[in-house]
Amino acid sequence: MDALRLRCDTIRKVLTGFIDNEVRKAGFERVVVGLSGGVDSALSAFLAAEALGPQDVWAILMPYRTSSVQSVEHAKLVVDSLGIQSLTVDISPMVDAYFAGFPDADQVRRGNKMARERMTILFDHSARLGGLVLGTSNKTELLLGYGTLYGDMASAVNPLGDLYKTQVRQLARHLKVPAVIVEKQPTADLWTGQTDEAELGFTYEEVDKLLSLLVDQRYEVADLIAEGFDERFVRGVYQKVLASQYKRRLPVIAKISARTIDRDFRYPRDWGR
Amino acid sequence: MRRLRLAVAQIAPVLGDVEKNLALHEKVAHEAISRSVNLLVFPELSLTGYFLKDQVPSVALTDRAPALDILRNLSNRVAMVIGFVEETPGHHFHNAAAYLEGGEIRHIHRKVYLPTYGIFDEQRYLAAGSRIRAFDTALGRMTILICEDMWHPTAAAIAAWDGAEIILCPSASPGRGLGQAEPFQNSSTWQRVIGAYGDLFTCFVVYANRVGYEDGACFWGGSEVVGPTGASLAKARYLEEDFLVVELEEGALRRARIANPLLRDERPDLTLRELQRIMRVHDAGEPDGGARG
Repeated sequence: MDALRLRCDTIRKVLTGFIDNEVRKAGFERVVVGLSGGVDSALSAFLAAEALGPQDVWAILMPYRTSSVQSVEHAKLVVDSLGIQSLTVDISPMVDAYFAGFPDADQVRRGNKMARERMTILFDHSARLGGLVLGTSNKTELLLGYGTLYGDMASAVNPLGDLYKTQVRQLARHLKVPAVIVEKQPTADLWTGQTDEAELGFTYEEVDKLLSLLVDQRYEVADLIAEGFDERFVRGVYQKVLASQYKRRLPVIAKISARTIDRDFRYPRDWGR
Repeated sequence: MRRLRLAVAQIAPVLGDVEKNLALHEKVAHEAISRSVNLLVFPELSLTGYFLKDQVPSVALTDRAPALDILRNLSNRVAMVIGFVEETPGHHFHNAAAYLEGGEIRHIHRKVYLPTYGIFDEQRYLAAGSRIRAFDTALGRMTILICEDMWHPTAAAIAAWDGAEIILCPSASPGRGLGQAEPFQNSSTWQRVIGAYGDLFTCFVVYANRVGYEDGACFWGGSEVVGPTGASLAKARYLEEDFLVVELEEGALRRARIANPLLRDERPDLTLRELQRIMRVHDAGEPDGGARG
């Protein structure tokens, strides 16, 4: 896993500098982050607290009635460790009200709805508190499409999007995120007993090694199989990356004019900042 | 060359805001003057920022632009290398660096090698330069190579053969890749390149990189001045603004060239002959494999 080893001191400096710079350039001083109790959102909050000061980090806890008690406890542990601002919004009433009209909805629909419900609350609090929504999606889940489009994938500024899950853990240890959060089984906590690795069918250690060769080192699928990776695993992961490409891009626009947004109308995101 | 005090301004330009960047240049130039600096080197595209994309025409200046008057005037007190987007009379846009001295622009280098791969997209927006020249200044003979130009050893070789005593390299290098050395994979390559050029071309090499963030990319700083034995004379901080001041001494150049007379022993005639042969093969349409013949 050497290729994935971070120089944590440097990366910490780059990412806290990034948060400070991108938030202030956009005319803000504060961020709003949804805390799930997991390591990704915990690390985002730790980095933001260091970049902006704990008084300018607002953590929003948004449990659903089936969320595990542990998740809420761990989120509170992050709030207490950092001394950041926090508030809790229970999403059960709105989610349940909606599904009362669709009682047959499966777990995936319910899980996506919860993720999007949380997104609307975060962006509402972005307006209410004058803070940018801080992202918590890591590179592994972005590449696999293991996230809800316009749900947990939505944010204004994401410090973790170029770190694989195993790198998130390395950096979280370095920043002294409580060990119970770093070392526990990752879960989207969308239904009782769910874990990422059981749902995906492989471990983050395995897939991060594969993805870093595929993406960062530009190995072809055939090269990976020649390297000794299981063919079904390689093809399965590659298919997930392909199938989720749409989640990593803006909606496709039918071209009509001489300059189409993001096609031949190309400005940096930091345009005018 | 004469003994001189050189400074590198490791700044974070504001993307697309020439006015703010001019004010920053002015402020840094006054700092340099107060510290008796003779030559002040700014990073690549220091007046405009780097990832401009479609803003390129909006921030471009001609070499006669009144916007540059303040810096031109300040160059009576400190010579400067500044980075800007140059618009030609034919409305081509170049990633350019100007050497200002004695109240005027003495030399403009237009970046020859425009990176268009990975994170870079320069050829989409910019025209490539077609000259690499050494030029005389009151302080010595110099060549400017902008960032990617340095990743082509032939560019530095031309500079050395043309008599450059100092290679000035304004850069806007975004950090990428996890490497063995701090802070990024590409920064360790840079450090090897400037060290090797100092050593092999027995000249001073001034690497002026920027800091700051654009669209999430982080410019890593670490500006450095290397002497004609390849030894590092001064190095700026990583990831933070800095102002690097270093004395360059003519004697060091002389001693290095006595100890290591590599330039004396160069064979430009041989190089030219072999290049002509290789070019004939290229012209015959076998650019990849044919050169072996």
